[in-house]
Amino acid sequence: MSTFEFLLQGMLVACQPMNLLYALIGVTLGTAVGVLPGIGPALTVALLLPVTYKLDPAGSLIMFAGIYYGGMYGGSTTSILLNTPGESASIVTALEGNKMARAGRGGPALATAAIGSFVAGLIATLLLAFIAPSIVKLALVFGPREYFALMVLAFVTVSSAFGDSTLRGLTSLFIGFALAIIGIDQQTGQARMSFGVPDLLDGIEVTTLAVAMFAIGETLYIAAQGSRAPDKVEAVKGSLWMNAQDWARSWKPWLRGTFIGFPIGAMPAGGAEIGTFLSYATEKRLTKHPEEFGNGAIEGVAGPEAANNASAAGTLVPLLTLGLPTTATAAIMLAGFQQYGLQPGPLLFATNPQLVWGLIASLLIANFMLLVLNLPMIGLWVRLLTIPRPWLYAGILLFATLGTIGANPSVFELGMLLAFGLLGFIMRIFGYPIAPVVVGLILGPLAEQQLRRALAISQGDPTALVMSPVAAVLLAVAAAALIIPLILRARGRGQVLAQLAASED
Amino acid sequence: MSTDSSPKAAKRRPDRAALVIAVALIAVAAVIFWDVSRLGAIASYARIGPTTVPNLVAGGLLVLGIWTAIEAWRGDFPEREHQEMGPVLWIVGGLAAQMLLLKPLGFSIATGVLFAMTAAGFGKRKLWLTLPIGIAFSFVVWVIFTRLLQLHLPSGPLEALFF
Repeated sequence: MSTFEFLLQGMLVACQPMNLLYALIGVTLGTAVGVLPGIGPALTVALLLPVTYKLDPAGSLIMFAGIYYGGMYGGSTTSILLNTPGESASIVTALEGNKMARAGRGGPALATAAIGSFVAGLIATLLLAFIAPSIVKLALVFGPREYFALMVLAFVTVSSAFGDSTLRGLTSLFIGFALAIIGIDQQTGQARMSFGVPDLLDGIEVTTLAVAMFAIGETLYIAAQGSRAPDKVEAVKGSLWMNAQDWARSWKPWLRGTFIGFPIGAMPAGGAEIGTFLSYATEKRLTKHPEEFGNGAIEGVAGPEAANNASAAGTLVPLLTLGLPTTATAAIMLAGFQQYGLQPGPLLFATNPQLVWGLIASLLIANFMLLVLNLPMIGLWVRLLTIPRPWLYAGILLFATLGTIGANPSVFELGMLLAFGLLGFIMRIFGYPIAPVVVGLILGPLAEQQLRRALAISQGDPTALVMSPVAAVLLAVAAAALIIPLILRARGRGQVLAQLAASED
Repeated sequence: MSTDSSPKAAKRRPDRAALVIAVALIAVAAVIFWDVSRLGAIASYARIGPTTVPNLVAGGLLVLGIWTAIEAWRGDFPEREHQEMGPVLWIVGGLAAQMLLLKPLGFSIATGVLFAMTAAGFGKRKLWLTLPIGIAFSFVVWVIFTRLLQLHLPSGPLEALFF
């Protein structure tokens, strides 16, 4: 069957009333958490994992993907109106978008962000649909050592290639690995690092770790900042609609942003942030109105917003075709697949095409829903920004603990939640990134499995890992991604990399 | 993350807190080495077994611990902003209270306490107001999740009163 036929079949799955409902719930929740500062899509998916495990797998995965897309839309609203990015991929949007809002052009800024996100989401999801089958074909010839090399590359890019310190990125990653060792070894059934505590035999729950690190760690960190001057919400003044000039200046940045963002998301190279910075730099260079940059140039909102949505779709390429998560949200979505006994990867396209194509098709539908949610209903989301902080964070912690209590209402589990929350708080104080811990915990055991298989095939000879050309190239790229930033930082050129820091989402 | 790397900060002293982190990383590495040493040579095929990867991870942590110690000694860690501990203690206290009260008093009361103490951490100290709001809100959540979504949440005296 051709991709078109698969996509049409997927559309049939996605258009089932229940799945439409899940998509709607997903995009609504996603927009809400994208708008609210301090919580992001990664946390929301983690919270919902225990709640959804009795639901139908296709439906909940559609909902998770809707949350991911919705988070990218909602984040722009906060950046534009509050100057505090709701999620990390919207930092650049705040640069120009907030200036536009202060100049009374908040409406067009929100509109170009929403329509740009829509255009990018649509094109990038179609690219995902057409690229995925060929990557699946490629991935079928991958053996354990190629997979292991691919995972090493993902580890390096997620933890240390970007951000302000190789040391702290790698340390976060290894904390994730250390936590991943806890529990029963999948291949021999021996208990590792469980110290005779029965609660530890099952290992550390991804949900517990992610909720603790993102929700509790972040809440503690914000509380510890004390009562600094609250940010002012800019009211949306004037028309919400873009005039002819706005359209003329927006459409090219949308398309450029899409084609910058998608490949960056699709490569195992970290989150959506990098694409937004590159898109901003490109628009700044190409613009006919350089004097407006820094004072509210519409190109500076249109391009990066398109780029961040395109990267979100791009991230799904390695996740679905290779089972390789490259952002925290994707890592937790992988845990969502595993909860239903599904392993994303080339085989899933063969064994469960309805689910995969239904998911991809539902993303197209989610995109339309998001456009409606974010343009005519923008006033509703703006109101979310005015919730006083005591109520907001009290509510966040209520729902954060709810997920863990629902999965396992034990004092031990809540104790771990508190302990990891404190760990997340301390890591934030010292400038350690959080996402590598979660990626290490989820991807670590999979990498171990591939490494042990590869070494078992070679009868324990580690040089076999680099004997396959594909694996050798991937490991060489990984080594370069580790060493080059180290040299750049040592020479004092680290600022550029620090700006590209991939943080939680 | 804070990237306040002002080059003019001439006198850099060893960063005590970062040294503690280095010691903690090395301690975790030691615990992993010790734990897997007990698994020993059982069930390993061609020297590859359940101990291979833990040893690699522990080795990595050891190197990172030493690296952290060197950076801490040279004062290379970014400067940290002042953290207020009062609000943090309120919230940690709230989480601890919820953990201990969950079994005896049920979800609504325990989570209501967490709600009120978190709000207190963010400056709303009127517990006589926030505590009832928190308990009522948690109770509504309990009803929605246990009745409609069939999630198992522990119940206590308050929940028993209604259901």
